[in-house]
Amino acid sequence: MTTGPAGFGDRLLRLVPGLTLGLLSVPVLAGFAGTLAPAFGLDPLSGTGPGLAAFEALWHWPGLRAAAGLSVTSGVLSTLLALLISLGVVATLIGRPGFATVQRLLSPLLSVPHAAAALGLAFLIAPSGWIARVLSPWVTGWTAPPDLLILNDPGGLALTLGLVAKETPFLVLMILAALPQIDVARRLTVAASLGYGRLAGFALTVLPALYRQLRLPVYAVLAYAMTSVEMAMILGPTLPPSLSVQVVLWATEPSLTHRGTAAAAALLQVGLVVGALALWRLSELAIRRLARHAAGSGWRAGAVDAALQPMLLGLALTPALALAAGLAGLALWSVAGLWNFPDALPSNLTLATWTRAAPGLWQASITSLTLALAATAVALSLALACLEAEHRFGLNPQAWVLWLLYLPLIMPQVAFLPGLQMLALASGAQGGWGAVAAVHGVFVLPYVFLSLSAPFRAWDGRLAVQGAALGASPARVFWRLRLPMLLAPVLTAAAVGVAVSVGQYLPTLLIGGGRVESLTTEAVALSSGGNRRVIGAYALLQMALPALAFGIALALPRLVYARRRGMGAA
Amino acid sequence: MTGLELQDLTIRQGDTVLVALDRRVAPGEVLTVMGASGSGKSTLLAALIGTLPRSFAMTGRIVLNGRDVTALPTRARRIGILFQDDVLFPHLSVAGNLGFGLPARTPDRAAKIDAGLAEMGLAGFAPRDPATLSGGQRARVALLRALLAGPEALLLDEPFSRLDTALREQIRSLVFDHARARGLPLVLVTHDAEDARAAAGPVVTPLGQTVVP
Repeated sequence: MTTGPAGFGDRLLRLVPGLTLGLLSVPVLAGFAGTLAPAFGLDPLSGTGPGLAAFEALWHWPGLRAAAGLSVTSGVLSTLLALLISLGVVATLIGRPGFATVQRLLSPLLSVPHAAAALGLAFLIAPSGWIARVLSPWVTGWTAPPDLLILNDPGGLALTLGLVAKETPFLVLMILAALPQIDVARRLTVAASLGYGRLAGFALTVLPALYRQLRLPVYAVLAYAMTSVEMAMILGPTLPPSLSVQVVLWATEPSLTHRGTAAAAALLQVGLVVGALALWRLSELAIRRLARHAAGSGWRAGAVDAALQPMLLGLALTPALALAAGLAGLALWSVAGLWNFPDALPSNLTLATWTRAAPGLWQASITSLTLALAATAVALSLALACLEAEHRFGLNPQAWVLWLLYLPLIMPQVAFLPGLQMLALASGAQGGWGAVAAVHGVFVLPYVFLSLSAPFRAWDGRLAVQGAALGASPARVFWRLRLPMLLAPVLTAAAVGVAVSVGQYLPTLLIGGGRVESLTTEAVALSSGGNRRVIGAYALLQMALPALAFGIALALPRLVYARRRGMGAA
Repeated sequence: MTGLELQDLTIRQGDTVLVALDRRVAPGEVLTVMGASGSGKSTLLAALIGTLPRSFAMTGRIVLNGRDVTALPTRARRIGILFQDDVLFPHLSVAGNLGFGLPARTPDRAAKIDAGLAEMGLAGFAPRDPATLSGGQRARVALLRALLAGPEALLLDEPFSRLDTALREQIRSLVFDHARARGLPLVLVTHDAEDARAAAGPVVTPLGQTVVP
């Protein structure tokens, strides 16, 4: 490939990929170091000497075993279920009419922030929740909410359900993104012509190639599910809470006396995640051996296959329906007037909640939106510059680059955000709006990049050659051809970025030092109070921002290219 | 010396020689390169246009009207290309596509575009969406776009293979006529004997052997 003399812009562009990886990994690693230090007594703020006192204190905490156990069971169980359901749904529906519906439902389901999803589920399954109301008193005989621990159950089942509902759409999306690189239709046809059913054919011929590309997303889901804070605060048990929630409780204590214990617990949490990932990896290897053996044995499993398909669909429908009903419940509560317990519906509807809470809602919405736009604008520019540099200089990203990209998603938030909070405090950036937006960017960038990279790389290279043959510079090809043609995927990536940023709880809480109040931090803060009407309003707006972004991403390209049939807008 | 000169142009991938040509294409002349798929035709085109992947080893020089373009980037070579498909930019109107080809500081852009369209029998097509054009109309817009960029040579990458027989003949003579009228050296890559006969010029394989189509 011949290139012209490198201009200033070219040299700048060449630096972007490295710079971006630095911007992603340095905060995570610096934050992790900052979290580690207090665990070993190296804390400039508390003035204790080096030692292992923090671990001793953690060891003597009576809730330790339950909290750690909960992190492992809810995390592993929900990841396993989400993976099985998402693979099952794709295997059962691929090439069938229902598949398009699943694809259309994905973006709205994905854009629901974790906190809103958890609040919706809580409203649904609580003893005084919608299900109990619909079934009372005629089925249950209850005239008052029963004293049952359905929500916040000590086994973490409600939390597991919430995690499954939230992580399944993400995994389905990741599967759909990986499928075009595997010749699925032909593999399935060959398997079927050899007498294999859908699921067996998928598991034996598609999955081995698919899982290689699915591994990192699955690890991210496992790490997230084990360490989720806002979902566990709303749906998980309380005494003790999950380990990550306890870390946050200790880390945000005003007295600063438990910072060492919090750091030690965060380190333990990292250890648990690393251990679970290692076990998961070993299971992968074992299952691969079994699958090879099964494939070689020629077992068709026809009967099992046919019976399993409706079961899998039913299993997938439960969390999806629960999520949808929960969100509808949030909306209903926000406009509910009087709603006495056994009534299935409120006796009257009113906008009083919205009017009363309007000033706070407005303020929080503006904060959420500004943070999201700032973080997304920076992340989108970096992602585009990285991809353009990759294209222009023929860079071939190595596997470790992808791992680094996933670092902020796999590293537990409680393991590096408290340390980052300390660094922000020491540098005077804590509570600053810019610092919060910057940390949002660390989480937004990987998602924006993952969403954008496939369509960017798939863009027809002959268009660029044609442009160059007409005398256009690479910059002109990028601005006049590539970017306008990629308008739809660029806007979708931006909407993903907005959704990710709006959903951020812990970064906003810790880096904002409680002074940056977004829709998410407010919704989670209100959740312990129990004013369902106000919670409903906050959670609904929290969903509305990403939905708006996805709406724009869908509508704008159609509007701009309404008269360009070749842009596939119609 | 005018025309497109391929001076000892040799392209290898590993130990395999894919292209070995040493000849001059005079202004208005058509050099047809024929061969089965995988024979190095597209490698030659990539080398001429300046998009040869690094995994290929090229020696020799490409000289256009006395200018050595071997090391120049695609945009500076002034070699136009017509692909198998017309590769019109789907997000731009017909006029937008033509304007993209026209050099930036051309005066009276709209008038030049309209005149070109009229010459191609496409008067009034400027505001149209390229996706609403017929195959023949698209091919003519693509040709006009290439010509408006003011190239000094034109490459044709099986540019007629997607058209039906009658249309094919018509577009083919249109391209050849315009290229001859402007004195452009032309390189046609094809596996169609009919194209090669119509070009009425020398016909060779990528390795330089003469072919009788």
